[in-house]
Amino acid sequence: MYQYTDFDRQFIRQRADQYRDQLERNLSGELKEDEFRPLRLQNGWYVQRYAPMLRVAVPYGELASRQLRVLAKIARDYDQPSAAVYQHASDTQAELGTPHLPVGYGHFSTRQNVQFNWIPLSQSADVMDLLAKVDMHGIQTSGNCIRNITSDALAGIAPDEEIDPRPYAEIMRQWSTLHPEFAHLPRKFKIAINGALEDRAATAWHDVGLHLRRNAVGHVGFKVLVGGGMGRTPVIASTLREFLPWDQILNFLEAVVRVYNRFGRRDNLYKARIKILVKAEGQRFVDEVEAEYADIVAHDGAAHTIPQVELDRVSAHFMPPAQVEHAVSATNNEAPELTGKDAADYQRWLSQNVRAHKNPALRAVTLSFKRLGHAPGDATADQLCAAADLADRFSAGEARVTHEQNLLLPWVAACDLPALWLAARALGVAKANIGLLTDMITCPGGDLCALANARSLPLAAAITERYQDFDELFDIGPVDLHISGCMNSCGHHHTGHIGVLGVDKDGREWYQISLGGSDGSTLSGAAVPGKVIGPSFAASEVTDVVEALLDTYRAQRVAGETFIASVRRLGLEPFKLAANAVRHETKAGGKVLHVHLASAESMSD
Amino acid sequence: MNTMSNTIKLIAASAIDTRATGQNVLELANDADTSAVALQGIDRIDLQFPKFTDGRAFSQAYLLRRRHGFTGDIRATGDVLVDQVLQMQRSGFSSAVLRADQSVDHAQAQLTQFASFYQGDAAQPQPLFKQEGATA
Repeated sequence: MYQYTDFDRQFIRQRADQYRDQLERNLSGELKEDEFRPLRLQNGWYVQRYAPMLRVAVPYGELASRQLRVLAKIARDYDQPSAAVYQHASDTQAELGTPHLPVGYGHFSTRQNVQFNWIPLSQSADVMDLLAKVDMHGIQTSGNCIRNITSDALAGIAPDEEIDPRPYAEIMRQWSTLHPEFAHLPRKFKIAINGALEDRAATAWHDVGLHLRRNAVGHVGFKVLVGGGMGRTPVIASTLREFLPWDQILNFLEAVVRVYNRFGRRDNLYKARIKILVKAEGQRFVDEVEAEYADIVAHDGAAHTIPQVELDRVSAHFMPPAQVEHAVSATNNEAPELTGKDAADYQRWLSQNVRAHKNPALRAVTLSFKRLGHAPGDATADQLCAAADLADRFSAGEARVTHEQNLLLPWVAACDLPALWLAARALGVAKANIGLLTDMITCPGGDLCALANARSLPLAAAITERYQDFDELFDIGPVDLHISGCMNSCGHHHTGHIGVLGVDKDGREWYQISLGGSDGSTLSGAAVPGKVIGPSFAASEVTDVVEALLDTYRAQRVAGETFIASVRRLGLEPFKLAANAVRHETKAGGKVLHVHLASAESMSD
Repeated sequence: MNTMSNTIKLIAASAIDTRATGQNVLELANDADTSAVALQGIDRIDLQFPKFTDGRAFSQAYLLRRRHGFTGDIRATGDVLVDQVLQMQRSGFSSAVLRADQSVDHAQAQLTQFASFYQGDAAQPQPLFKQEGATA
């Protein structure tokens, strides 16, 4: 993985110092809240319902064990609200029906970052100092700027990969970091990059989606998509370039972002994303970008054309770790004998959580952070520490945050799988549910987030609780269940085979259910937003609706057909009927909320 | 490694002299197309920040300086805060009139926070990866 140079390290150090100065001026009253806000956002600091949230950047998801240990320390020592803040939060959420708010944990986000929810803002500069010591930061993880760049969690190791996207992602990370011209865009700007045959990075859902490919004569370049996005108006990105030579990517991105900076709407936050500009202007947008790019090349000297030597320098960071090249057992132990139920559980884990690798002697193993008693993607301080130990012992010290809110070990020797399974099981992160219903994507929702219209985590918990029988989960097979607490779509409900969206009407929590969405993966098909199956449901009905949808599938599927394939074949009608049949509360009205959600920092994500 | 030179002239709002200077000054709205501007005989171009979060003038300054070769003064006006002056300097501004409540000293201090940057800009057109020995 990428190793910081002296320059990188000094740069992050200077950024931490700059942030401390800004925080101190804010705390002293000199820097007013409205003027501090964009500055803290571009360092990853939101203000949520009860406490700040920190989003730590994990470029394209890659984490070293030493970084995981510092994240664990932050969870343990800093993700701790004051007694007064905690009491207020607990009392308020209890009234909504949330019995307990955990503290002291990190959270894996869909954009491969790590979030904390309870760090007092007064300690935020100390946390940035800690992060800087292990080459980490929160730069541009929030705010109206170019965000952290995401990729495939299997980048560099997937058998179906044509070109490793990580060196390009790193070069783009450096280019976009503190770009002086693009720090105050109309809205946030997200880039995803994929280098495999399968799109595992949801590229069509990004402001810019990039596919590395070779042209007919074998040259490497990018297919460039632009204008995808979720939110209130889901849009699938359109193709801007079928093939852009790889060394032009920074010049081309400069053209795209400059056109967006100039023409993107600033009068209405809901219409400020580039997707709206692309839709409204159509070919004119394409022409503007191409003209701007031509000028960058012809008149500005194309300064950001990437030299081969720079690509080589960065690529050298992404060679497979030396110690795993020969796939020697990391444990030096005999493979443990597994018998009876253990053997069956192990086989299930192999089939769901273990994936093939470019190196036939290695495997990619996903640790499941989807288990009863924890919110999807949450990891306690102890679990973060233990994950670091697993990474050291089994995966050359490296782990990856996945888009699906789990942790993946990329360099596991096949002969170590039984030992890894036992160790992961002891930690509670060996549930064989990767890709299955309970491996759901969920946003923090109305228990933590100030934007949310409804809570997400209680639904996730209820559905997880109902589907604890692994025979049943395996029978249902792969299902993408995605839950968002509001239209901002952090839980990616648009791309769920089953999507759940929290809405707030008349001071009540309601949930819209949609069917048939796709992130663009092989299983799900071409990227498309799901379709809403009718009026919203009450919170108490959602688990029943999910069950009704799945039962309909099980009753009507043909042999070997997945849930999403059944939805496509059967259409929405049979599912609508089944879902409406379980309504018991929505006729009489949903649960009344005495606490109004969606209170602050509107649209600041 | 290049060291940022503090070239931007920071001007307190109170120090603005509104009397005629004999300078030929062009005021550009922040939705103006910089390629349509006649630069001949212009001494200074004033670009607008209606709100500090409206970043259009950064692109205008960059284009005027780099693409259109304007060598006169490019001045930031409007909602100009100490925490954006470094971005202004890097985008091609050569002077900035700070909002009335902003401190020139604090703004000056912001200009030296970083030794250098990754990407090229109006002040240093070459990115780090093209600067000799910079990334070693």
